[in-house]
Amino acid sequence: MEISLFHYLIVAAALFTIGVFGIFVNRKNVIIILMSIELVLLSVNINLVAFSAYLQNLEGQIFAMIVLTVAAAEAAVGLAILVTYFRNRGNIAVEDINQMRG
Amino acid sequence: MLAAIAFYVLSAIAVISALAVVSARNPVHSVLFLILTFFTAAGLFVLLGAEFLAMLLVVVYVGAVAVLFLFVVMMLDVDFAEMKQGFLSYLPAGIVVALALMLELGLVASAAMSADGVPIALAQTGPTETTNAEAIGRVLYTDYVLVFQMAGLVLLVAMIGAIVLTLRHRPGVRKQDIAAQVGRKRSEGVELKDIRPGQGLG
Repeated sequence: MEISLFHYLIVAAALFTIGVFGIFVNRKNVIIILMSIELVLLSVNINLVAFSAYLQNLEGQIFAMIVLTVAAAEAAVGLAILVTYFRNRGNIAVEDINQMRG
Repeated sequence: MLAAIAFYVLSAIAVISALAVVSARNPVHSVLFLILTFFTAAGLFVLLGAEFLAMLLVVVYVGAVAVLFLFVVMMLDVDFAEMKQGFLSYLPAGIVVALALMLELGLVASAAMSADGVPIALAQTGPTETTNAEAIGRVLYTDYVLVFQMAGLVLLVAMIGAIVLTLRHRPGVRKQDIAAQVGRKRSEGVELKDIRPGQGLG
């Protein structure tokens, strides 16, 4: 059976769902939440590249590259915040993070 | 046919390892499964004819982001078994939301079917004169040069932000101060004492 656009969309949808599911079930662990966000962004990238191949248009791949950049920046800043928080409090429990509210 | 087999194998590994990322007990295993997911996604990109992006995914994610995650996971001395506590209590709600989301996304994806229910095929990619990297370069450095520059700015801001957040000056650490060394005057270091014979400095 020929692999079509639909197959790629389903794979990306599955990865997106698993990412959201990971955010739901790992409410206490910020590191896993950040990894789940990476999964969600990866599924978006698969969608963009699949449509780029489908439409024979390279702009989708350019967009995927920008998403990759933003994802890398987000991971760096998120992990930096995590390290600073751990230094100040000695744990990374997400429930206590609302104490940072002004 | 070979491409179809490759697609099914890669996507199965991607989905299974993504599930392992969110359900592994040990976060180090989670990071390793994340690396596996990105590798298989790079394989899917190659199948789609986006070789440059596939290599970018391997270099940027496996080489940088995943290693960053690994560093942080290993550096933080956290009791991860305790963090797994709420997993089972959140599981039912998570499964309900995941099923609903998957159903909706599947419905949206079914728009990629033609009227008689046959999936729309991807356009055939024959052999071309230009490579994928060259074609991307031709678009990226002409029509999307501003977007390209903006991506550079995003990375710069992220780098400065990460440094500002994690840099700390610990008091009591003695470091070499070259400016102070070079700027030393003779008057600060040497003093002439006029000592009478027979008397000490006393």
